[in-house]
Amino acid sequence: MSKPVIATTSLAGCFGCHMSILDIDERILQLFDLVEFNKSPIDDIKKFTKPVDIGIIEGGCCNSENVEVLKDFRKNCKILISLGECAIMGGLPALRNGIPVEECLHEAYIGGPTVQLNTKHILPNDDELPMLLDKVYPCHEIVKIDYYLPGCPPRADLIWDALVALITGDPLKLPYELIKFD
Amino acid sequence: MKDTVKQILKQYGSDRNRLMDILIDIQEQLGYIPKDAIDLLAANLGMSQVDVEQTISFYHFFSTKPRGKYAIYLNDSAVARMFGYDSVKRTFESEAGIKFGQVSDDGLIGLFNTACMGMSDQEPAAIINNKVFTRLTPYRVREIVKHMREGKAVEELMNESYGDGKNQLPSLRSIVSSNVRRKGMILGDDYEMGTVTKTRLTKMSPEAVIAEMKHSHIRGRGGAGFPTGLKWEFCRRSKGDKRYVICNADEGEPGTFKDRVILTEKPELVFEGMAVAGYAIGSDEGILYLRYEYRYMKDYLNEVLENMRKQNLLGKEIAGIEGFDFDIRIQYGAGAYVCGEESALLESLEGKRGEPRDKPPFPVEKGYLGMPTIVNNVETFGTAVKIVLNGGEWFTQFGTEDSTGTKILSISGDCMFPGVYEVDWGFNVEDMLDMVGAWEVQAVQVGGPSGTLIGSKEFHRTLGYSDLSTGGSMIIFGPQRNLLKDVVLNFMHFFIEESCGSCSTCRNMTQVMTNKLTKILNGKGVKSDLDDLQSWAKTLQASRCGLGQTAANPIVSSLKNFRHLYEALLQKDKDFDQGFDMEASVQASCNYVGRVPNFNHH
Repeated sequence: MSKPVIATTSLAGCFGCHMSILDIDERILQLFDLVEFNKSPIDDIKKFTKPVDIGIIEGGCCNSENVEVLKDFRKNCKILISLGECAIMGGLPALRNGIPVEECLHEAYIGGPTVQLNTKHILPNDDELPMLLDKVYPCHEIVKIDYYLPGCPPRADLIWDALVALITGDPLKLPYELIKFD
Repeated sequence: MKDTVKQILKQYGSDRNRLMDILIDIQEQLGYIPKDAIDLLAANLGMSQVDVEQTISFYHFFSTKPRGKYAIYLNDSAVARMFGYDSVKRTFESEAGIKFGQVSDDGLIGLFNTACMGMSDQEPAAIINNKVFTRLTPYRVREIVKHMREGKAVEELMNESYGDGKNQLPSLRSIVSSNVRRKGMILGDDYEMGTVTKTRLTKMSPEAVIAEMKHSHIRGRGGAGFPTGLKWEFCRRSKGDKRYVICNADEGEPGTFKDRVILTEKPELVFEGMAVAGYAIGSDEGILYLRYEYRYMKDYLNEVLENMRKQNLLGKEIAGIEGFDFDIRIQYGAGAYVCGEESALLESLEGKRGEPRDKPPFPVEKGYLGMPTIVNNVETFGTAVKIVLNGGEWFTQFGTEDSTGTKILSISGDCMFPGVYEVDWGFNVEDMLDMVGAWEVQAVQVGGPSGTLIGSKEFHRTLGYSDLSTGGSMIIFGPQRNLLKDVVLNFMHFFIEESCGSCSTCRNMTQVMTNKLTKILNGKGVKSDLDDLQSWAKTLQASRCGLGQTAANPIVSSLKNFRHLYEALLQKDKDFDQGFDMEASVQASCNYVGRVPNFNHH
């Protein structure tokens, strides 16, 4: 049987979740024995070259490009995982969700106390740029997500256990201590 | 203002544990709790201002802004909506010239919604300056507002005849009806106050009282069903300088009103039961925690207590028993469903936000002010008197093996005879529906929103801890009702409103699940939404208290028993639809930066 294929991406995230993937340390060698990577920052493959079994998404969607990449992942991956707080709930970027997008743009490019060089008050409106969404959306509000791995970032062990469980088909162990509220 | 606050502080000995009483008195005398009063309280109670403020903000009936000379709280529960809430609300708004949530410019009238206030058998009902007005109609509303404009006192607004039973007593004078439709050992009229205290306790040791309670197998009547005898025994064995007996009269479960009726018709039975409990666990102080909605009973209940003191059924050396001192005071809530949870109730009694405590320790070890405490339901105390009177063995002949005794049901909704019925446990739903004159029934909500919604296939089931457990609320829905929209959605809004916010599960998931329910109701649902609702509900189990753990029950039980209602609303041609619209979502930012949205580019 051929090895399962994995793809990953970071949308409106900070790459912290990808760092946490790398935090599985020497088990990354085992991981490369178990799976094959396709489109991912880890191997720098930019476009899907074959059907993928597991897609891992870090970050939510704050602009039109995020949405397109996410939809592309959904199209090419059998299983999609939302990895981390931002993908699951929008995370820190979603702090702007209570504020109208016009105000955010004004603060960032015109009125904010750190805006000094932009004396001509130029707003980013080049057609090449992604378009900003009215708010930051968690991934499952755009496409169907199959699994969620919470954390900021999710612990490396959780990522490892989840991937192994998915690949081997064994149930994921979730002891009470891990999910208890307080 | 200063003098008023100082006078009130003095009355309660500037005890910060009595903050709830202090705030209630300020609110009643000044109409609201001004900022200056908060500063004064903080300084005199040795608390920070935010400590005072967080208690104020927690409770529905406290306000830091004036609520009007006549503050009108209209019940917006599911049952109220079934019986004319909408037209009553509209009439209030048009007559007063304001919307709900507002106070008129002249400060005369304030309109506010409130959760179920224990009048489900006589809706729509409202509380106006602590007086309860039931069976409101648009005509009555026009009349009431007219009289308000004429400056009449709130007592003069009541032109209905007084309700039945003791509601007519001079100290009560309430238009509320008790609607006792079936009597049993608690609501029956064959008991003379004080018999147990004078003829049984004089011959029994506290241990013997607890033994009879245990032998009776009575379980708590509030809904959770913990064995009462065991609770009393645990408390008696716990170490502490002082012990407390608390009567939980915070019945806030929508559709429940039997405690109101018991306290109206048989208050002395409840108070005697508290004294019996005090004798059994070795306590000399009892507190009746009464929900604010029942504040209209204040004078009446105090009169009953005074009368009992005169007869030496409360006070020192009760019935001549050496060392048996016990007295009761009444403390009020201020509008918070979660305070019916016993540890939240204790927090509220201590003048704090009604947030449930982490357990263990349980109240029997560390309860009110850290001392061993029993918290029992109104009905449980009433029943305890009958158990001690006739013995635990006698009690077991009523009901079923695992649910002994009788249960008082609050029955409301689409039936001929809503009201209070005392039945033996083991009664089945079918017989209940016949008894109350409900012939066309789509569904019955057993045990209130945190209970179960059942359909006709399950009407053979019986009431009892092992089958259909209930604290007493039974709401009947006829075929004309839209269960998902008028019932389930209303109940979910109730839980959103009443969550104390401590656990993220209960604070968030109730809202998230309600959003999904609304999406389905709007015709945007897909099949996976139903699976989501089912699996998400499980996360609520991680909540700290019963409210959180059962807050998804309206959705869970309707999904289980009325799945076809959900399925009929789903989109047939789609597997996934979250309603995301890219074009709409980029519109605002593109307008602002001055570009035309382009979706073919990247």
